[in-house]
Amino acid sequence: MAKRLVPIKPVDGLGAVSAALILLLTLGTLAAVVTRAEGVSALRPADWAALRFTLWQAFLSASLSVLLAVPVARALARRQFFGRSALITLLGAPFILPVIVAVLGLLAVFGRSGILSTMLGWVGLPPVHIYGLHGVVLAHVFFNIPLATRLILQGWLAIPAERFRLAASLGFDNADIQRVLEWPMLRAVVPGIFMVIFLLCMTSFAVVLALGGGPKATTLELAIYQAFRFDFDLGKAALLAVIQFGLCAVVAVIAWRVATPAGMGAGLDRTVERWDTSNPVLRAQDFTVLVFATLFLLTPLVVIFLKGAGAVWTLPDVVWWSAFRSVLVALGSAALAISLSLSLALLAVKLGQKRTAGFVEGIGYLTIAASPLVVGTGLFIMIFPFARPSDLALPVTAVVNAAMSLPFALRALSPALRDIENDYGRLADSLGLSGWSRLRLLILPRMRRPLGFAAGLAAALSMGDLGVIALFADPESATLPLQMFRLMTAYRMGDAAGAALVLLALSLCLFWIFDRGGRVDADT
Amino acid sequence: MKYPLIAAGLCAASMAAAEAPVLTVYAPDYFASEWGPGPGIEAGFEERCACDLQFITGDVLPRLLLEGERTEADVVIGLNTDVTLKARESGLFGTHGQDTSGLTLPIEWADDVFLPFDWSYLSFVYDNTKLENPPTSFEALLEMPDDVKIVIQDPRSSISGLGLLLWVKSVYGDDAENAWARLAPKILTVTKGWSEAYGMFTDGEADMVLSFTTSPAYHIIAEEDLTKSAAIFDEGHYVLVELAAKIATTDQPELADAFMEYVLSEEFQSMIPTSNWSYPAQLDAAKLPAQFLQLGTPEKAIFLSEQEANDVRDGALEEWRNALSQ
Repeated sequence: MAKRLVPIKPVDGLGAVSAALILLLTLGTLAAVVTRAEGVSALRPADWAALRFTLWQAFLSASLSVLLAVPVARALARRQFFGRSALITLLGAPFILPVIVAVLGLLAVFGRSGILSTMLGWVGLPPVHIYGLHGVVLAHVFFNIPLATRLILQGWLAIPAERFRLAASLGFDNADIQRVLEWPMLRAVVPGIFMVIFLLCMTSFAVVLALGGGPKATTLELAIYQAFRFDFDLGKAALLAVIQFGLCAVVAVIAWRVATPAGMGAGLDRTVERWDTSNPVLRAQDFTVLVFATLFLLTPLVVIFLKGAGAVWTLPDVVWWSAFRSVLVALGSAALAISLSLSLALLAVKLGQKRTAGFVEGIGYLTIAASPLVVGTGLFIMIFPFARPSDLALPVTAVVNAAMSLPFALRALSPALRDIENDYGRLADSLGLSGWSRLRLLILPRMRRPLGFAAGLAAALSMGDLGVIALFADPESATLPLQMFRLMTAYRMGDAAGAALVLLALSLCLFWIFDRGGRVDADT
Repeated sequence: MKYPLIAAGLCAASMAAAEAPVLTVYAPDYFASEWGPGPGIEAGFEERCACDLQFITGDVLPRLLLEGERTEADVVIGLNTDVTLKARESGLFGTHGQDTSGLTLPIEWADDVFLPFDWSYLSFVYDNTKLENPPTSFEALLEMPDDVKIVIQDPRSSISGLGLLLWVKSVYGDDAENAWARLAPKILTVTKGWSEAYGMFTDGEADMVLSFTTSPAYHIIAEEDLTKSAAIFDEGHYVLVELAAKIATTDQPELADAFMEYVLSEEFQSMIPTSNWSYPAQLDAAKLPAQFLQLGTPEKAIFLSEQEANDVRDGALEEWRNALSQ
């Protein structure tokens, strides 16, 4: 560990600043809420039931998402076909949809009067009943398969072409490759992805209610919402938020202990060629997997498109203005998310294997465990004495959205960065590359793909997020999701569907531009 | 075509704002949005007050409680009868000073702090081309076949959901849990808020949705669609009233008083039906849009005072949860 005894550089300083900012946004806001609490009320039995349900549905959703994403990612990794790149982008869409849009899209497919039920009706079968735990899990899987697929696919693409070449020359068959190359890669990336999805599903709330079918499906986040909105019991909200943090920490530690570094080594960035997957059974298998994944993920999107297409051209101007505002917020948010996650990842890698490195990275994941309501309220309490919160609506939205997409950005950046340091770190050291020049000449060029992906994800997530707007909203500067919500509350469901389509299209565009930018010159 | 005009108006307003005193009004998001009553009310009041009315939107009461006496709000609008107890206990509100004897509410109103500006009955809305025998009483609703599916809102996150909880409790009393158990098989799902539920209904996912007797008015007036109706029950309907109130520590007391007076004015009240899709709190039935007269009206209004509602709420919530968690 004595290999790099260099003084603290500005790059590390940035990492520390980022960590501090995240701590302020998560634990700081929680502390702010606590300062305004009037005593702590005890948890009711219903809260414990909510806790159990929260954990159980999160576990099921995360397990299924990951299990189903592995074959999809594998098929995408080892097949080349026309439209593959477009498909990869489109398959990412569900993850960035606003919840309410996604729920209505899912219901149009899986609901009582949805496409599936209608088709079952043709052959005399009863309609599907989507409401219940299975509906919640289905929706979470729909949201999270895209994320899991993309992150696992990155793991696959990070296996150097030379390893497959060597495997082929050693006469490995597909089973050998799975055992020697693919399994260690999955061991390295899957636990972290599982953790991220588990945490995401833990803090989910509106989806759970809408598809859960009743109070059986209640999550902690609903209890926090209830404590805020109806009881104005800040003490209880804070207590629930602490429990949520605690649980997330436990899950994170477990995931961290299960994951093992893959140690694939460096390659020459050649295009991966696979000699082991040409047999027809595997071809058919990959084909089936991709067809099913595409149907599952894209049918609801097609429905959203069809519902909204008619209304897009007649949308009032204010909707377009809010779309413009949302794009600005998304761009700011993406830039901030990249700075935060890159500086945190650099700091963590610099600290090496030591426990502090895990700690620094852990800070980056805190935001996923934070309740948006607590963050919003805490920020409000902190800002209110000094400024008018509604004047800061858009900057606050950008900052919070950046923080909320940090875990995903970090998930994409940090393994890539670790590999770069493992593979090229010593060479760079021996060349005396450090600080900004190391970043500019070694790290950034090699990280284009994950950087583009992370920026695209952050921008798209920021487009769709209502986040903390409830307390900071300024009627003159509404974002697109808020405007869509306003249309719905004014009974204008048709216009709202149009706005949803604009939102979907813009999110996808932003994601595609960044993601594509990261893949320029890449053959995959 | 009207946007350039509005834009011009906004520019003029912001120029005038330099000198004019500002009246800050906290309102829920739907109220102040482009499609709510907010813009019309802002223009109407600024016409008479030589001031600048500014809406601040969001969760009105939580925000006020967080801000306490340092709030810059002068007036709030859009509070609900179910939060008035909490609001009153905060001591942040002054008296509204208006004569409430001319209110056209279906219930008695003698509160001197919270001033009603609109109201509606809760009701189950259905498509009259699809549902042939709509229920005419709560009992008939509970007796409906289980394949009639209803979407309601969660009483823990939605005002209308909470209203339904109090409605059932008022009609069924000690038997409320049993009533919920009978309703349970028909409840398709419970949503966080009204929008999701109403969207599910208009998408054809549910046969009935918990909404308001005034909801069909939107479809009739804005869409010329006569297929949406509200079921009217013999037992009576729960009334939701929306309120305005003056902040006690306002630095614009005269303007705030003038606004409270404006709230009950005919100009303000006649904007309510077609912008907030509800009944105005003080307007002769003859002055309502003609289509409002087509709406079904319950014989009986049900309403729990804030104290009564507070007393039964936790128990009723527990019954609801037990019955629906089976």
